[in-house]
Amino acid sequence: MIVVMGNMTTLIDFFTTPLTYAFMQRGMISAVLVGIVCAVVGTYVVLRGMAFFGDALAHTILPGIALGYLISGGDKDVLFWWALGTSVLAALGIGAISKNSQIKEDTSIGIIFAGMFALGIALISTVRSYAVDLSHFLFGDVLSVSVQSLWLILIFGGVVLLVIFAFYKEFMTLSFDPILAATLRLPVGFLNNLLLALIAVTVAVSLQTVGVALMVAMLVTPAATAYLLTHRLSHMMMLAAVFASVSGIIGLYLSFYLSIASGAAVVLTATVFFLTAFGWKKFRGG
Amino acid sequence: MYPNTNHKHDQPILDVTHLTFRYNGRDALENITFHLHEGERVAIVGPNGAGKSTLIKVIAGVLQPTSGEVNIYGTRPNKHVCIGYIPQRNQVDWHFPVSVADVVMMGRSAKLGPFNFPHKRDWDIVNHALETVELVNLAGRQISQLSGGQQQRMFIARALAQEAELMLMDEPLTGLDAPSQEGILTLLDRLKSEKVTVMVATHDLDQAASHFDRIMLLNHQIIAFGSPDNVLHTDNLLRAYGGRLKPVDGHNILNIDDCCDGEHDHTH
Repeated sequence: MIVVMGNMTTLIDFFTTPLTYAFMQRGMISAVLVGIVCAVVGTYVVLRGMAFFGDALAHTILPGIALGYLISGGDKDVLFWWALGTSVLAALGIGAISKNSQIKEDTSIGIIFAGMFALGIALISTVRSYAVDLSHFLFGDVLSVSVQSLWLILIFGGVVLLVIFAFYKEFMTLSFDPILAATLRLPVGFLNNLLLALIAVTVAVSLQTVGVALMVAMLVTPAATAYLLTHRLSHMMMLAAVFASVSGIIGLYLSFYLSIASGAAVVLTATVFFLTAFGWKKFRGG
Repeated sequence: MYPNTNHKHDQPILDVTHLTFRYNGRDALENITFHLHEGERVAIVGPNGAGKSTLIKVIAGVLQPTSGEVNIYGTRPNKHVCIGYIPQRNQVDWHFPVSVADVVMMGRSAKLGPFNFPHKRDWDIVNHALETVELVNLAGRQISQLSGGQQQRMFIARALAQEAELMLMDEPLTGLDAPSQEGILTLLDRLKSEKVTVMVATHDLDQAASHFDRIMLLNHQIIAFGSPDNVLHTDNLLRAYGGRLKPVDGHNILNIDDCCDGEHDHTH
C-alpha cells in the first residue's frame, strides 16, 4: 500500500513538477492554442492540397522576422507583428503570382520561397549571435513565450477560428466543388484570398511555438490524422484539434524530461499519432 | 446577401446569341445562337472535344464568352443562382469528408447567405430533394460509398435543393451501367413535371433521341438543332463526326467509332 501510494505520488509529481515552472505553463498553453488553430486551418490545407504552399509561406516570412529583429534589437514580442505583416503579404503575393504565371505553380512558389528564405538567413547572419537566433526562428522556442505573446496568440487565433466558423459552409462548398461555388455566385476570389490570409495569420501565431521549419507539420499532420479517422468535415476539424493539443502537451513533457527541443518533440508526437492512425487503418483493411 | 436577380418571365429561360469562346487561340465555340423554353429537355451531342463542356460552363456563367451573349430570363448568368451545374463524376474528390446530405445542403449555400446556418426549412428542402432522387436512406453515408448512379442522383438532388430552374449536366450517364442510366433518365422525365429545364451533354445518340425533346448537334458550331427526327440525319452526323462515322447497311444506320476513347475515367 505504501509502495502504491509512493508510486502514485511519483506519478503525480511526474506530471505536476514541470507545471511548477511558469515558463512551462505558458509553453503548455501556447502549444495547445497554436495546436488547435493550426489543426482547424490545417483541415483546409490538407483537403485542398496546400501543404507545399503552407511550408513555403512559413519559410517566406523569415526575412520579415529578420528585419524586425535587426530593427527592434532583439525584442521578441515585436516580432509577432513583423511576422504577421510579412506572412499576409507573402500569402497574397504567392497567391497572385502562382495564378498569373506561365511557370507551373509549384515551381514559382519554390523559387520565391527559397529566395526569401535565403534573404532571411543573409539578414540574420549579419548579427553576431546568429546561430542561436536563427535556430529559434527555425525551430521555435515555446518555453520563452511571454504573457504578452500568449495574449496575441489567443486574440489572433480566436479571430481565425471565428472566421472559419462564420464561413464554414462557404469554405466547405468552395473546397469541395469550386464550380458549384461559382454557380451559386459565392464570392470565390474573396473567399480564396481570405483562406490564404487565415493560413498566413496562423503561421504568424505559431511562429514562436514551432518555428518556420516545422510549421507545415502543425498544419498538416494532425489534420491528416483526423482525415484518416472521420468522414465529416466538422468532426475532422475537432479531432484534428484534439490530436494537435494532445501532441503539444505530450511533446512538452518529453521535451522537459528528455531535454529535447520542444518544437521537435511536439511534431514527433503528432507524427507518431499519424503513423498509429495510418497503421490502424491499414490493419483494419481501410 | 449573395447576388441574386429577378427573372423576366417574358424572356426565354436561356437565350444564347452569337456566342464565341476562344481558348488558346482557337475557337472552342463559334457563333452559337439558340434559345430554350421552360421545362424543355435538350441533349447536346457531338464528338469528344466538340466544346460540349465548354458550352455548359459558359451558360453556367463559370467561363466568360469571348464575344456574344448568354441571357437567363433576360439577364447575364453571373448573378443567377437558378442554374444547377452537375459535374462529370471524375472531376469530384470522392474522399472529401462530407456526407450525402452535406453535399445536397451545399446547394442551399447561396439562398442561406453569409453567416447563416441551415434552418429547419433548409433541411426540409434537402430531405425532399433526397426523397425525389430516392437517396433518403443513404443521407448519412460518406460520398465515396455511393455507386456511380447514386453519386449522380446526389448531384441532381443538390441542384433541386438549390431550387435550380435550369439544370446543366455534363455527361451524367458516362461510366454508369444500363440500369443506373435508366434510373437517371427516368428521374429526368420526372423533373419535367417540376418545370425544370434540363440540358445534358451526352454521346449516346439513342438515348438522346428517345429521352429528349430536342437535340443539339455540336462540333464547335451548331451543326443542327431540333427534334430528334429532324437532326439525326446522315448528312448532319457526317458533318458533326466526320471520318469517325461509318455508314452501316445503307444510309440511316450509323456507327460512331470514338464514343468514349478514354477521356472519361471511372471514379475511385
